[in-house]
Amino acid sequence: MDTKKMAIIATKGTLDWAYPPFILASTAAALGYETQIFFTFYGLQLVRKDLSVLKVSPLGNPGMPMKMPFGPKWFKSINWNMPNAIQAIIPGYENVATALMKQTIANNGVATIPDLRELCQEAEVKFIACQMTVELFGFEHSDFIDGLEYGGAATFFEFAGETDICLFI
Amino acid sequence: MNFDKELDARGLNCPLPILRAKKALADVGSGQVLKILSTDPGSVKDFAAFAKQTGNELLSTAEAGGEFTFFMKKK
Repeated sequence: MDTKKMAIIATKGTLDWAYPPFILASTAAALGYETQIFFTFYGLQLVRKDLSVLKVSPLGNPGMPMKMPFGPKWFKSINWNMPNAIQAIIPGYENVATALMKQTIANNGVATIPDLRELCQEAEVKFIACQMTVELFGFEHSDFIDGLEYGGAATFFEFAGETDICLFI
Repeated sequence: MNFDKELDARGLNCPLPILRAKKALADVGSGQVLKILSTDPGSVKDFAAFAKQTGNELLSTAEAGGEFTFFMKKK
């Protein structure tokens, strides 16, 4: 049987959107897929050495429940969503939301992004960073983890053209 | 059921039970059995799908008090 292949384009640079590419890539690798992720635009944040840049914002995100990860059950079930205009003027709102999200992730036995990324690398998921956006955003190669390859759209197609599953996230 | 290695994946959520199982299977020989404990309700379908796609045999799935026990035989 030929080895199955999966390619993912990761374009989002927030803590919540960091999950789908790394979850799918690590699982695909565990299922025996040869897997590659192409990181472009804001997705480059997912391959930074410093992952503390990843945040989650409830601002302008009506799908995100704002629930507390601690306290009694009735307290945890309250949804603290508030109007965008109010969220926008509270200093540090994003940092608080990110800290609460990380606590919720830990409470639920969900892996952290650094862990999932490492699992992908251990499973030999190939990471490719878009050289054009590296330059566009003024990054240096030293901002990124080791083991990255740098390439462009043609590099992506070389592998993607032969895949069974190809996702844009 | 007899088994050769046990994996405690209780408290872990998707996709960690599968990833840990994949690792644990690497430590046992062909035909040997891995016992897996999990509390993730999604893992029931996931382990069946994992077995189907990797060729490892899921010998049994059992649930008791919110805890799942799987026995998987390595290909």
